[in-house]
Amino acid sequence: MIFYYVITAYIVGMLIWNFIKEKKNVDDMILYLVILVPLVLRLLRVK
Amino acid sequence: MSRTGIIKIILIIFFVAIMIHSGLQFYGHRHYQLEHLAGPGVTRVEKLSKYCEGLEGTVADTHVFWLEGKEAGGKMLLMANTHSNEPAALLTALIFLENAEIEKGTLIIIPQFNNSGSRGTRPGDGYPLYFNIATEWGTKKFRMGNRDAHPLDQWPDPDVYIHYPDRQLLSYLDIRNTNRTWPGRPDGALMEKVTFAAMEICRNEKVDLALDVHGAETMFPVTNCIVAPQQSVKIATMATLIVKAREGFDNHVEPSPQGFRGLSHREIGDYSDTLPFLLEAPIPFLDQPTGPKTEKLLLDGKDPFLLSLAKQKKLFVPYDETGWPMEKRVGQHCSVIQEIANQFSRKNAERAIVIKDVPRYADVVENGVGFYYHDPDKWDKDKIYLN
Repeated sequence: MIFYYVITAYIVGMLIWNFIKEKKNVDDMILYLVILVPLVLRLLRVK
Repeated sequence: MSRTGIIKIILIIFFVAIMIHSGLQFYGHRHYQLEHLAGPGVTRVEKLSKYCEGLEGTVADTHVFWLEGKEAGGKMLLMANTHSNEPAALLTALIFLENAEIEKGTLIIIPQFNNSGSRGTRPGDGYPLYFNIATEWGTKKFRMGNRDAHPLDQWPDPDVYIHYPDRQLLSYLDIRNTNRTWPGRPDGALMEKVTFAAMEICRNEKVDLALDVHGAETMFPVTNCIVAPQQSVKIATMATLIVKAREGFDNHVEPSPQGFRGLSHREIGDYSDTLPFLLEAPIPFLDQPTGPKTEKLLLDGKDPFLLSLAKQKKLFVPYDETGWPMEKRVGQHCSVIQEIANQFSRKNAERAIVIKDVPRYADVVENGVGFYYHDPDKWDKDKIYLN
Protein backbone atom coordinates (compact mmCIF):
# COMPACT_ATOMS: atom_id res chain seq x y z
CA MET A 1 0.00 0.00 0.00
CA ILE A 2 2.77 2.44 0.98
CA PHE A 3 4.53 1.68 -2.31
CA TYR A 4 1.44 2.81 -4.24
CA TYR A 5 1.48 6.11 -2.38
CA VAL A 6 5.18 6.49 -3.19
CA ILE A 7 4.43 5.90 -6.89
CA THR A 8 1.59 8.44 -6.71
CA ALA A 9 3.85 11.01 -5.05
CA TYR A 10 6.52 10.41 -7.70
CA ILE A 11 4.03 10.97 -10.56
CA VAL A 12 2.69 14.08 -8.82
CA GLY A 13 6.23 15.40 -8.57
CA MET A 14 6.90 14.70 -12.25
CA LEU A 15 3.65 16.35 -13.33
CA ILE A 16 4.37 19.48 -11.27
CA TRP A 17 7.89 19.56 -12.66
CA ASN A 18 6.57 19.28 -16.24
CA PHE A 19 3.95 21.94 -15.55
CA ILE A 20 6.62 24.33 -14.28
CA LYS A 21 8.94 23.58 -17.21
CA GLU A 22 6.24 24.00 -19.86
CA LYS A 23 6.71 27.40 -21.48
CA LYS A 24 4.47 27.52 -24.54
CA ASN A 25 1.83 24.86 -24.94
CA VAL A 26 -1.25 25.79 -22.89
CA ASP A 27 -2.99 22.51 -23.85
CA ASP A 28 -0.20 20.55 -22.18
CA MET A 29 -0.42 22.75 -19.07
CA ILE A 30 -4.14 21.96 -18.82
CA LEU A 31 -3.51 18.26 -19.34
CA TYR A 32 -0.91 18.19 -16.54
CA LEU A 33 -3.40 19.82 -14.17
CA VAL A 34 -6.25 17.50 -15.19
CA ILE A 35 -4.11 14.44 -14.47
CA LEU A 36 -2.78 16.00 -11.27
CA VAL A 37 -6.19 16.47 -9.58
CA PRO A 38 -7.04 12.83 -8.66
CA LEU A 39 -3.45 12.07 -7.72
CA VAL A 40 -3.25 15.02 -5.34
CA LEU A 41 -6.59 14.06 -3.79
CA ARG A 42 -5.31 10.50 -3.32
CA LEU A 43 -2.15 11.74 -1.62
CA LEU A 44 -4.09 14.03 0.68
CA ARG A 45 -6.54 11.15 1.39
CA VAL A 46 -9.49 13.49 0.99
CA LYS A 47 -12.76 11.65 1.62
CA MET B 1 5.72 38.41 -14.60
CA SER B 2 5.90 36.68 -17.98
CA ARG B 3 2.82 35.92 -20.04
CA THR B 4 3.35 32.16 -19.41
CA GLY B 5 3.49 32.75 -15.67
CA ILE B 6 0.19 34.63 -15.72
CA ILE B 7 -1.47 31.85 -17.76
CA LYS B 8 -0.22 29.25 -15.29
CA ILE B 9 -1.54 31.16 -12.29
CA ILE B 10 -4.92 31.61 -13.96
CA LEU B 11 -5.07 27.88 -14.78
CA ILE B 12 -4.14 26.91 -11.21
CA ILE B 13 -6.82 29.21 -9.76
CA PHE B 14 -9.37 27.83 -12.23
CA PHE B 15 -8.54 24.20 -11.36
CA VAL B 16 -8.57 24.84 -7.61
CA ALA B 17 -11.99 26.51 -7.97
CA ILE B 18 -13.32 23.50 -9.90
CA MET B 19 -11.88 21.11 -7.31
CA ILE B 20 -13.52 22.98 -4.44
CA HIS B 21 -16.86 23.34 -6.23
CA SER B 22 -17.11 19.69 -7.31
CA GLY B 23 -15.41 18.43 -4.16
CA LEU B 24 -18.09 19.99 -1.97
CA GLN B 25 -20.79 18.29 -4.05
CA PHE B 26 -19.06 14.90 -3.80
CA TYR B 27 -18.46 15.40 -0.08
CA GLY B 28 -22.15 16.21 0.43
CA HIS B 29 -23.15 13.11 -1.52
CA ARG B 30 -20.75 10.80 0.30
CA HIS B 31 -21.89 12.00 3.71
CA TYR B 32 -25.63 12.30 2.96
CA GLN B 33 -27.50 10.04 5.35
CA LEU B 34 -30.56 8.15 4.23
CA GLU B 35 -33.20 7.52 6.88
CA HIS B 36 -34.10 3.86 7.35
CA LEU B 37 -37.40 3.66 9.21
CA ALA B 38 -37.63 0.42 11.15
CA GLY B 39 -41.23 -0.73 10.82
CA PRO B 40 -43.47 -2.69 13.20
CA GLY B 41 -41.88 -5.99 12.19
CA VAL B 42 -38.32 -5.05 13.16
CA THR B 43 -37.27 -6.78 16.37
CA ARG B 44 -33.55 -5.99 16.45
CA VAL B 45 -30.88 -4.14 14.49
CA GLU B 46 -27.27 -5.21 14.15
CA LYS B 47 -24.23 -4.12 12.22
CA LEU B 48 -22.57 -6.35 9.67
CA SER B 49 -19.32 -6.18 11.65
CA LYS B 50 -20.89 -8.53 14.19
CA TYR B 51 -20.18 -11.25 11.64
CA CYS B 52 -16.75 -10.03 10.53
CA GLU B 53 -14.73 -7.96 12.98
CA GLY B 54 -12.62 -6.48 10.21
CA LEU B 55 -15.57 -4.37 9.09
CA GLU B 56 -15.86 -2.47 12.37
CA GLY B 57 -15.20 1.23 11.96
CA THR B 58 -15.19 1.05 8.16
CA VAL B 59 -17.69 2.58 5.75
CA ALA B 60 -18.65 -0.94 4.70
CA ASP B 61 -20.18 -1.68 8.11
CA THR B 62 -23.87 -1.49 7.26
CA HIS B 63 -27.13 -2.13 9.14
CA VAL B 64 -28.68 -5.58 9.39
CA PHE B 65 -32.38 -5.51 10.32
CA TRP B 66 -34.04 -8.53 11.89
CA LEU B 67 -37.79 -9.07 11.55
CA GLU B 68 -38.61 -12.05 13.75
CA GLY B 69 -42.05 -13.62 13.65
CA LYS B 70 -44.27 -14.57 16.55
CA GLU B 71 -43.85 -18.20 15.57
CA ALA B 72 -40.52 -19.90 14.83
CA GLY B 73 -39.94 -20.95 11.24
CA GLY B 74 -37.43 -20.54 8.45
CA LYS B 75 -35.12 -17.60 7.75
CA MET B 76 -34.81 -15.46 4.65
CA LEU B 77 -31.98 -13.00 4.00
CA LEU B 78 -32.81 -10.09 1.70
CA MET B 79 -29.85 -8.10 0.35
CA ALA B 80 -30.27 -4.90 -1.62
CA ASN B 81 -27.83 -2.41 -3.16
CA THR B 82 -25.24 -5.05 -3.84
CA HIS B 83 -24.91 -2.77 -6.86
CA SER B 84 -25.88 0.69 -5.69
CA ASN B 85 -26.65 1.94 -9.20
CA GLU B 86 -29.60 -0.47 -9.35
CA PRO B 87 -31.84 1.35 -6.88
CA ALA B 88 -35.07 -0.63 -7.33
CA ALA B 89 -33.47 -3.12 -4.95
CA LEU B 90 -33.04 -0.55 -2.17
CA LEU B 91 -36.53 0.84 -2.72
CA THR B 92 -37.95 -2.69 -2.44
CA ALA B 93 -35.97 -3.45 0.71
CA LEU B 94 -37.24 -0.26 2.36
CA ILE B 95 -40.85 -1.19 1.56
CA PHE B 96 -40.28 -4.50 3.35
CA LEU B 97 -38.44 -2.77 6.21
CA GLU B 98 -41.14 -0.18 6.86
CA ASN B 99 -44.22 -2.32 6.30
CA ALA B 100 -43.59 -6.04 6.74
CA GLU B 101 -45.02 -8.00 9.64
CA ILE B 102 -43.70 -11.51 10.03
CA GLU B 103 -46.20 -14.11 11.21
CA LYS B 104 -43.84 -17.04 11.05
CA GLY B 105 -40.10 -17.32 10.57
CA THR B 106 -37.55 -14.53 10.25
CA LEU B 107 -36.73 -11.99 7.60
CA ILE B 108 -33.24 -10.44 7.69
CA ILE B 109 -32.83 -7.28 5.61
CA ILE B 110 -29.58 -5.59 4.58
CA PRO B 111 -30.85 -2.56 2.62
CA GLN B 112 -27.44 -1.20 1.60
CA PHE B 113 -25.22 -4.22 1.27
CA ASN B 114 -22.39 -2.38 -0.50
CA ASN B 115 -22.53 0.76 1.59
CA SER B 116 -19.27 2.06 0.13
CA GLY B 117 -20.67 1.74 -3.39
CA SER B 118 -23.65 3.86 -2.43
CA ARG B 119 -21.34 6.73 -1.42
CA GLY B 120 -19.86 7.38 -4.82
CA THR B 121 -21.41 7.76 -8.21
CA ARG B 122 -20.24 7.90 -11.81
CA PRO B 123 -19.77 11.57 -12.63
CA GLY B 124 -17.78 10.53 -15.70
CA ASP B 125 -20.88 8.79 -17.00
CA GLY B 126 -23.06 11.76 -16.13
CA TYR B 127 -24.99 9.98 -13.37
CA PRO B 128 -27.09 12.21 -11.12
CA LEU B 129 -25.86 12.39 -7.54
CA TYR B 130 -29.34 11.92 -6.07
CA PHE B 131 -32.82 10.83 -7.01
CA ASN B 132 -36.14 11.61 -5.36
CA ILE B 133 -39.22 9.50 -4.78
CA ALA B 134 -42.53 11.33 -4.39
CA THR B 135 -44.53 10.37 -1.31
CA GLU B 136 -47.75 11.58 0.28
CA TRP B 137 -45.78 13.71 2.76
CA GLY B 138 -43.13 15.12 0.37
CA THR B 139 -40.15 13.61 -1.39
CA LYS B 140 -37.69 11.08 -0.09
CA LYS B 141 -34.17 11.75 -1.31
CA PHE B 142 -31.74 8.95 -2.07
CA ARG B 143 -28.05 8.81 -2.93
CA MET B 144 -27.44 7.44 -6.42
CA GLY B 145 -24.60 4.99 -6.07
CA ASN B 146 -22.18 3.06 -8.20
CA ARG B 147 -21.79 -0.60 -9.12
CA ASP B 148 -18.54 -1.06 -7.25
CA ALA B 149 -17.20 0.01 -3.87
CA HIS B 150 -15.68 3.47 -3.82
CA PRO B 151 -11.92 3.51 -4.55
CA LEU B 152 -11.56 5.84 -1.56
CA ASP B 153 -12.51 2.87 0.62
CA GLN B 154 -10.72 0.04 -1.15
CA TRP B 155 -7.54 0.88 -3.00
CA PRO B 156 -5.40 0.07 -4.95
CA ASP B 157 -7.02 -2.32 -7.41
CA PRO B 158 -4.87 -5.25 -8.54
CA ASP B 159 -3.89 -5.63 -12.21
CA VAL B 160 -5.97 -8.81 -12.24
CA TYR B 161 -8.40 -9.84 -9.52
CA ILE B 162 -7.68 -13.41 -8.43
CA HIS B 163 -10.86 -14.77 -6.90
CA TYR B 164 -10.67 -16.47 -3.52
CA PRO B 165 -10.74 -19.46 -3.08
CA ASP B 166 -11.07 -20.65 -6.71
CA ARG B 167 -8.24 -18.49 -8.09
CA GLN B 168 -10.25 -17.66 -11.20
CA LEU B 169 -8.89 -14.56 -12.96
CA LEU B 170 -11.46 -11.78 -13.06
CA SER B 171 -11.47 -8.14 -14.08
CA TYR B 172 -9.43 -5.90 -11.76
CA LEU B 173 -12.55 -3.81 -11.08
CA ASP B 174 -14.46 -6.79 -9.71
CA ILE B 175 -12.45 -6.87 -6.50
CA ARG B 176 -14.71 -3.94 -5.53
CA ASN B 177 -17.85 -5.66 -6.80
CA THR B 178 -19.82 -7.39 -4.04
CA ASN B 179 -21.30 -9.72 -6.60
CA ARG B 180 -17.87 -11.08 -7.50
CA THR B 181 -16.24 -11.39 -4.08
CA TRP B 182 -18.35 -14.22 -2.67
CA PRO B 183 -17.76 -16.26 -0.53
CA GLY B 184 -15.22 -13.76 0.77
CA ARG B 185 -12.69 -14.10 3.57
CA PRO B 186 -12.17 -12.37 6.92
CA ASP B 187 -8.67 -11.12 6.10
CA GLY B 188 -9.21 -10.19 2.45
CA ALA B 189 -10.05 -6.94 0.72
CA LEU B 190 -12.85 -4.86 2.25
CA MET B 191 -15.53 -6.19 -0.11
CA GLU B 192 -14.40 -9.76 0.54
CA LYS B 193 -15.03 -9.04 4.21
CA VAL B 194 -18.55 -7.79 3.38
CA THR B 195 -19.49 -10.96 1.53
CA PHE B 196 -17.76 -13.10 4.16
CA ALA B 197 -19.94 -11.47 6.83
CA ALA B 198 -23.07 -12.30 4.82
CA MET B 199 -21.84 -15.88 4.41
CA GLU B 200 -21.41 -16.06 8.18
CA ILE B 201 -25.02 -14.92 8.62
CA CYS B 202 -26.12 -17.68 6.24
CA ARG B 203 -24.03 -20.34 7.97
CA ASN B 204 -24.33 -19.35 11.64
CA GLU B 205 -27.98 -18.32 11.60
CA LYS B 206 -29.07 -21.29 9.46
CA VAL B 207 -30.62 -19.09 6.79
CA ASP B 208 -32.86 -21.00 4.39
CA LEU B 209 -33.17 -18.49 1.54
CA ALA B 210 -30.81 -15.71 0.45
CA LEU B 211 -32.17 -13.21 -2.05
CA ASP B 212 -29.81 -10.78 -3.77
CA VAL B 213 -31.86 -8.07 -5.50
CA HIS B 214 -30.53 -6.38 -8.65
CA GLY B 215 -31.41 -4.61 -11.87
CA ALA B 216 -30.05 -5.29 -15.36
CA GLU B 217 -29.95 -3.60 -18.75
CA THR B 218 -32.73 -4.28 -21.25
CA MET B 219 -30.03 -5.22 -23.80
CA PHE B 220 -28.52 -7.80 -21.44
CA PRO B 221 -30.00 -11.31 -21.72
CA VAL B 222 -29.92 -11.95 -17.97
CA THR B 223 -32.67 -9.49 -17.13
CA ASN B 224 -36.24 -9.72 -15.89
CA CYS B 225 -35.42 -13.06 -14.29
CA ILE B 226 -34.40 -15.07 -11.27
CA VAL B 227 -30.88 -16.50 -11.45
CA ALA B 228 -30.77 -19.74 -9.51
CA PRO B 229 -28.37 -22.65 -9.04
CA GLN B 230 -29.62 -26.22 -9.41
CA GLN B 231 -30.82 -26.56 -5.82
CA SER B 232 -32.95 -23.38 -6.08
CA VAL B 233 -34.36 -23.92 -9.58
CA LYS B 234 -37.63 -25.63 -8.57
CA ILE B 235 -38.64 -22.83 -6.21
CA ALA B 236 -37.56 -20.16 -8.70
CA THR B 237 -39.50 -21.80 -11.54
CA MET B 238 -42.67 -22.10 -9.47
CA ALA B 239 -42.34 -18.47 -8.39
CA THR B 240 -42.02 -17.24 -11.99
CA LEU B 241 -44.99 -19.34 -13.12
CA ILE B 242 -47.18 -18.11 -10.28
CA VAL B 243 -46.42 -14.41 -10.79
CA LYS B 244 -47.02 -14.78 -14.52
CA ALA B 245 -50.34 -16.55 -14.01
CA ARG B 246 -51.70 -14.50 -11.12
CA GLU B 247 -50.11 -11.11 -11.60
CA GLY B 248 -49.47 -10.99 -15.33
CA PHE B 249 -45.81 -10.00 -15.57
CA ASP B 250 -43.05 -11.97 -17.25
CA ASN B 251 -40.17 -13.37 -15.26
CA HIS B 252 -38.04 -16.32 -16.22
CA VAL B 253 -35.35 -18.46 -14.64
CA GLU B 254 -31.69 -18.33 -15.64
CA PRO B 255 -29.31 -21.08 -14.47
CA SER B 256 -26.41 -20.01 -12.31
CA PRO B 257 -23.22 -20.85 -14.26
CA GLN B 258 -20.96 -23.29 -12.39
CA GLY B 259 -17.74 -22.01 -13.95
CA PHE B 260 -18.20 -18.32 -13.22
CA ARG B 261 -17.03 -17.68 -9.68
CA GLY B 262 -17.66 -15.01 -7.09
CA LEU B 263 -21.38 -14.54 -7.75
CA SER B 264 -23.85 -14.64 -4.88
CA HIS B 265 -26.15 -17.14 -6.63
CA ARG B 266 -23.17 -19.48 -7.11
CA GLU B 267 -21.07 -19.21 -3.96
CA ILE B 268 -23.79 -18.96 -1.30
CA GLY B 269 -25.13 -22.32 -2.41
CA ASP B 270 -21.67 -23.85 -2.73
CA TYR B 271 -20.40 -22.69 0.67
CA SER B 272 -23.53 -23.01 2.82
CA ASP B 273 -26.84 -24.86 3.03
CA THR B 274 -28.73 -21.69 2.08
CA LEU B 275 -30.68 -21.59 -1.19
CA PRO B 276 -29.57 -18.51 -3.16
CA PHE B 277 -31.60 -16.50 -5.66
CA LEU B 278 -30.60 -13.40 -7.61
CA LEU B 279 -33.46 -11.22 -8.79
CA GLU B 280 -33.11 -9.04 -11.87
CA ALA B 281 -35.56 -6.37 -13.03
CA PRO B 282 -34.95 -4.29 -16.17
CA ILE B 283 -33.34 -0.88 -15.68
CA PRO B 284 -33.12 1.10 -18.96
CA PHE B 285 -30.95 3.71 -17.23
CA LEU B 286 -28.01 1.28 -17.29
CA ASP B 287 -28.21 0.54 -21.02
CA GLN B 288 -25.39 2.14 -22.97
CA PRO B 289 -27.22 3.55 -26.02
CA THR B 290 -29.57 5.91 -24.20
CA GLY B 291 -29.98 9.65 -24.00
CA PRO B 292 -28.66 11.60 -20.99
CA LYS B 293 -28.50 9.69 -17.72
CA THR B 294 -31.02 11.82 -15.93
CA GLU B 295 -33.07 11.26 -12.80
CA LYS B 296 -36.15 11.14 -15.06
CA LEU B 297 -34.70 8.28 -17.12
CA LEU B 298 -33.81 6.46 -13.91
CA LEU B 299 -37.38 6.73 -12.63
CA ASP B 300 -39.55 6.33 -15.75
CA GLY B 301 -37.24 4.25 -17.94
CA LYS B 302 -38.40 6.03 -21.10
CA ASP B 303 -35.81 6.48 -23.82
CA PRO B 304 -36.30 7.07 -27.56
CA PHE B 305 -33.13 5.19 -28.53
CA LEU B 306 -34.18 2.08 -26.62
CA LEU B 307 -37.63 2.39 -28.18
CA SER B 308 -36.01 2.36 -31.60
CA LEU B 309 -33.94 -0.68 -30.65
CA ALA B 310 -37.04 -2.41 -29.30
CA LYS B 311 -38.71 -2.02 -32.72
CA GLN B 312 -35.66 -3.74 -34.22
CA LYS B 313 -36.05 -6.53 -31.63
CA LYS B 314 -32.67 -5.80 -30.05
CA LEU B 315 -33.92 -5.83 -26.45
CA PHE B 316 -34.49 -8.81 -24.19
CA VAL B 317 -37.65 -7.38 -22.57
CA PRO B 318 -40.89 -5.94 -23.92
CA TYR B 319 -40.46 -2.18 -24.33
CA ASP B 320 -42.85 0.50 -25.60
CA GLU B 321 -43.67 4.20 -25.10
CA THR B 322 -44.50 3.58 -21.43
CA GLY B 323 -40.82 2.76 -20.75
CA TRP B 324 -40.06 0.67 -17.70
CA PRO B 325 -41.02 2.79 -14.70
CA MET B 326 -39.65 2.30 -11.22
CA GLU B 327 -43.08 1.19 -9.92
CA LYS B 328 -43.05 -1.82 -12.24
CA ARG B 329 -39.52 -2.81 -11.25
CA VAL B 330 -40.12 -2.45 -7.52
CA GLY B 331 -43.54 -4.11 -7.81
CA GLN B 332 -41.98 -7.09 -9.58
CA HIS B 333 -39.35 -7.46 -6.88
CA CYS B 334 -41.99 -7.25 -4.12
CA SER B 335 -44.08 -10.00 -5.71
CA VAL B 336 -41.19 -12.30 -6.64
CA ILE B 337 -39.65 -12.08 -3.16
CA GLN B 338 -42.95 -12.96 -1.52
CA GLU B 339 -43.63 -15.74 -4.00
CA ILE B 340 -40.23 -17.35 -3.39
CA ALA B 341 -41.01 -17.33 0.35
CA ASN B 342 -44.45 -18.82 -0.38
CA GLN B 343 -43.09 -21.59 -2.57
CA PHE B 344 -40.41 -22.50 -0.04
CA SER B 345 -42.98 -22.50 2.76
CA ARG B 346 -45.34 -24.81 0.84
CA LYS B 347 -42.64 -27.48 0.71
CA ASN B 348 -41.16 -26.84 4.17
CA ALA B 349 -44.08 -26.21 6.51
CA GLU B 350 -41.98 -26.37 9.69
CA ARG B 351 -39.51 -23.83 8.21
CA ALA B 352 -42.19 -21.60 6.71
CA ILE B 353 -41.66 -17.85 6.30
CA VAL B 354 -44.94 -15.93 6.33
CA ILE B 355 -44.70 -12.23 5.45
CA LYS B 356 -47.70 -9.90 5.76
CA ASP B 357 -48.54 -6.29 4.85
CA VAL B 358 -46.13 -5.98 1.93
CA PRO B 359 -47.68 -4.82 -1.36
CA ARG B 360 -47.66 -6.92 -4.50
CA TYR B 361 -46.94 -5.88 -8.08
CA ALA B 362 -50.38 -4.42 -8.88
CA ASP B 363 -50.45 -2.43 -5.62
CA VAL B 364 -47.09 -0.75 -6.26
CA VAL B 365 -47.92 -0.01 -9.91
CA GLU B 366 -51.23 1.55 -8.87
CA ASN B 367 -50.10 3.49 -5.80
CA GLY B 368 -46.47 4.25 -6.65
CA VAL B 369 -43.38 3.38 -4.63
CA GLY B 370 -43.50 6.43 -2.37
CA PHE B 371 -46.95 5.48 -1.08
CA TYR B 372 -45.33 2.83 1.11
CA TYR B 373 -42.76 5.12 2.75
CA HIS B 374 -43.64 6.83 6.01
CA ASP B 375 -42.96 10.37 7.14
CA PRO B 376 -39.76 10.39 9.28
CA ASP B 377 -41.08 13.43 11.16
CA LYS B 378 -43.99 11.36 12.47
CA TRP B 379 -41.92 8.24 13.17
CA ASP B 380 -40.47 7.14 16.49
CA LYS B 381 -36.98 8.69 16.46
CA ASP B 382 -35.53 5.63 18.19
CA LYS B 383 -36.57 3.58 15.19
CA ILE B 384 -34.86 5.69 12.56
CA TYR B 385 -31.42 4.47 11.47
CA LEU B 386 -29.18 6.68 9.39
CA ASN B 387 -27.11 5.16 6.67
